[in-house]
Amino acid sequence: MSARARLLLGYGLLVLLGLGAPFLVYPVFAMNVLCLALFASAFNLLLGYAGLLSFGHAAFLGAAAYAAGYVTREWGLPTEAGLLAGVVVGASLGLVFGALAIRRSGIYFAMITLGFAQLVYFLAIQIPWTGGEDGFQGIPRGRLLGMVDLERPLVMYYFVYAVFLAAFWLIQRAIASPFGHVLRAIRENEPRALSLGYDVARYKLTAFVLSAALSGLAGALRAFVNQFAALPDLHWHTSGAVVLMTLLGGMGTVTGPSVGALLVGALENYLASLGSWVTVITGTVFVLCVLSFRRGIVGEVRALVKRSS
Amino acid sequence: MNRTRIPQLALALLAALPLAAAAAGVSDGVVKVGVLTDMTGAYSDLAGPGSVAAAQMAAEDFGGKVLGKPIVVISADHQNKADVASNVARRWFDQEQVDVVADLVSSSTALAVMPVAAQKKRITLLSGPGSDPITGDKCTAYNVHYTYDTYSLAHGTGSAVVQQGGKSWFFITADYVFGRTLEEDTASVVKSSGGKVLGAVRAPFPTADFSSYLLQAQSSGAQIVGLANAGADTVNSIKQAHEFGITPKQSLAGLLVFISDIHSLGLEASQGLYLTTAFYWDHDEESRKWAQRFFARTKKMPTMVHAGVYSEITHYLKAVQAAGTDDADAVMKKMKETPVNDFFARNGHIGADGLHRHDMYLARVKAPKDSKKPWDYYQILKTIPPEQAFPALAGSKCPLVKK
Amino acid sequence: MTQALFGQLLVGLINGSFYALLSLGLAIIFGLLDVVNFAHGAQYMLGAYLAWMGLTWLGIGYWVALFAAPAAVGLLGMAVERLLLRRLRGLDNLYGLLLTFGLALVVEGLFRQGFGISGNGYPVPPQLAGAKNLGFMVLPIYRAWAVAVSLAVCFASWLVIEKTRLGSYLRAGTENPQVLQAFGVNVPLMFTVTYGFGAALAAFAGVVAAPVYQVTPTMGSQVIIVVFAVVVIGGMGSILGAIVTGLGLGLLEGLAKFFWPEVSATVVFVAMALVLLVRPAGLFGRQK
Repeated sequence: MSARARLLLGYGLLVLLGLGAPFLVYPVFAMNVLCLALFASAFNLLLGYAGLLSFGHAAFLGAAAYAAGYVTREWGLPTEAGLLAGVVVGASLGLVFGALAIRRSGIYFAMITLGFAQLVYFLAIQIPWTGGEDGFQGIPRGRLLGMVDLERPLVMYYFVYAVFLAAFWLIQRAIASPFGHVLRAIRENEPRALSLGYDVARYKLTAFVLSAALSGLAGALRAFVNQFAALPDLHWHTSGAVVLMTLLGGMGTVTGPSVGALLVGALENYLASLGSWVTVITGTVFVLCVLSFRRGIVGEVRALVKRSS
Repeated sequence: MNRTRIPQLALALLAALPLAAAAAGVSDGVVKVGVLTDMTGAYSDLAGPGSVAAAQMAAEDFGGKVLGKPIVVISADHQNKADVASNVARRWFDQEQVDVVADLVSSSTALAVMPVAAQKKRITLLSGPGSDPITGDKCTAYNVHYTYDTYSLAHGTGSAVVQQGGKSWFFITADYVFGRTLEEDTASVVKSSGGKVLGAVRAPFPTADFSSYLLQAQSSGAQIVGLANAGADTVNSIKQAHEFGITPKQSLAGLLVFISDIHSLGLEASQGLYLTTAFYWDHDEESRKWAQRFFARTKKMPTMVHAGVYSEITHYLKAVQAAGTDDADAVMKKMKETPVNDFFARNGHIGADGLHRHDMYLARVKAPKDSKKPWDYYQILKTIPPEQAFPALAGSKCPLVKK
Repeated sequence: MTQALFGQLLVGLINGSFYALLSLGLAIIFGLLDVVNFAHGAQYMLGAYLAWMGLTWLGIGYWVALFAAPAAVGLLGMAVERLLLRRLRGLDNLYGLLLTFGLALVVEGLFRQGFGISGNGYPVPPQLAGAKNLGFMVLPIYRAWAVAVSLAVCFASWLVIEKTRLGSYLRAGTENPQVLQAFGVNVPLMFTVTYGFGAALAAFAGVVAAPVYQVTPTMGSQVIIVVFAVVVIGGMGSILGAIVTGLGLGLLEGLAKFFWPEVSATVVFVAMALVLLVRPAGLFGRQK
């Protein structure tokens, strides 16, 4: 079988798995994993392809969740408007953060994004309508296009799955496009890319905004799945979690972050009864990954396949 | 018998079982109690594994069975995250036949789970969250707010301390919804009891260093420094107040304090602190007996949250017994009709809004020399009757309360 | 009003000197090893817990703990560098960050599992108990001691790194390790010792903090973000930067707590964002 056929088969199997998932596991868990996978894939656009580590991505996830909740619960707008609000809020924040953070690189870039995310967290605590510690409750799932009732778990799942596939396809296209190639060039050797005449800052900013917008989509989607938005969505632990997912699954691979999201989600869900041991296990996984599995699961599998063929 | 008949027969029997169970009144043939609490985070000491132990004690003491069906207690950690709590509760209701969720301990998780439970007609028994809207505009028909709420703490400590002579107050408040509500509630009670509020300062939540705020409290000259915060913030502010010599010239009033906090602080630092509690283990012979049994299991004395979990589950089981079914509507009706009379509450009543109105106690933390045995921390100054401690049903914002 | 303000400024200075001490280890490790040590908070917590465990289980007092805890954590740090971090030499320093982040999670998780979350009280050593009335405020003697020892240690570290032969080797090691190695200096050993020293400093701060704050497993992660901000503002490689910024931020926070308390937690991040926009390498940082 040719490489291309193998790739298509692999994708086909994954799509089938996704279609059957709500019958294998608890649907709400599956939906949450999809949202996390989208978040991680959006994050990976920035880390794996542009080479920029952001420690503040939780801001886009959380702010979008609150925005989506607000427009649907308070203004009574339909679910589609909520998703759009999430994307717009994510993109706008991304533009502001990005424009200021892009000038720096490495750890400085990470710290600036962290700083901005902390500001957003603080704002969320202060602004009265967010509900503060109690959270923004009672977000209605609504009806898709005014017809399809999203309150039913199975229906909601396939909706979330559809959005995920669409966004994933978008990310795939962005990575494979000339834009994606330039990003990789910038990651490998920024001075070279500059000398070749590319407007590096513009490319980085575009990647940042795209990543933020899709993170916003993930956040808004999650708000509808869980039917509330809460402060932990904005906490830097969430920013740390998405780094873990991307690293674990494989930075710089297209499907890696989704695999990482599935693993981290499963870890936290099924091992929840182990209490603090989950933190210990997560930390150990982190350490092992960095030492021996830097390519992440998908990266390692790919290397194995290459070696055997 | 023909080979195809056996499976058919088996199927028929299987189909009949749930019917049989329904006939007996207990759904799924079991009464399942889910203790959803914070096992590893900020509230794990005041609730957490202790709440699970309390629930297990309640089930065992009831005989392990109700209406001839077994009582099963399961538990999970919501890590203080509303989404985790909501998802666990959903899964419990949809897939694991859980009939009642207990504890929940924090307001955000409680507010997330209550609507889910109400939608699926299952009961939530809250021990630990404080938020007043739980029995106000966010109330549900399937919820019981059992142990305490912000109002009762504010009213207990506020009015009782003013009556004891602490007339001028300064607040150190944790700057989030809970802290601010606590400060507002207490301030209005202080004023209406004849006291004065000299000022307040809002510290970000959470804060480790309170020196700045304690200085402001000191320079205000207020007799009472009200700590409108909880958990680590309270522990840190008490410890540092001791360090800066705030006490004994000024007295501290902790607006939400658990015996687990005093235990980790030690009496040296916390002596003289005023607080309101729904339960104290050494209050009388009955509470002592129960607490010793709790101690034997967990090696710690129970907080009011733990005692509340035991009492609310026992009350629930008694209601199931009396109603002859675990159907949520019938059980809720019985729980609201029956007064609570056990070591936790004397003559406690659950109102139409779900709020359990019972005695609260004003206490003061003992000086080290007055403590005669381990965990001998509180001196109970006064019993506050429910009419004084809890809001009247008449003024309730809960839509279930008929005007 | 001015009396109260003086009191707040003094408190701010006290906190600032503590920030400076806390940031020192982080600045040293980044400046000399190019490693972003996310385990710094965990090492701080370890120091506090070792002091508490020493006192509660072995009867070891505060004064011994001040040396014993940092020594123990320093040794542990050296082991971490030798066995784990060394493998990441030459890679993007992102990996060092992620490794130390993972280690921090492991340590914090283990302690949370073992000790619960409420934490433990550590008493102020009797020789430093009590408070002095300065007129405009009551100053606990322990806090005065904390300032003194923090500033002393900061100054001593700065002296060693900037003014001594050993310090010059360390600084040379960052610029050009191969050349230094050619001169006969055991560069890998030097790196190991440096990381250990940074970890020991964190633990020392932990022992100093133990009598003031509750000793809890999460005390490290609560403080790590602010510490990072301090180091970033000061300039990631600059010892002097960390010290000056720590003090400055303590003062800034003190003022905020007096005039507008609700923002005092965020004022650090606002300051960080502003500084990085105007001076991208931090106040005292060198553009790499």
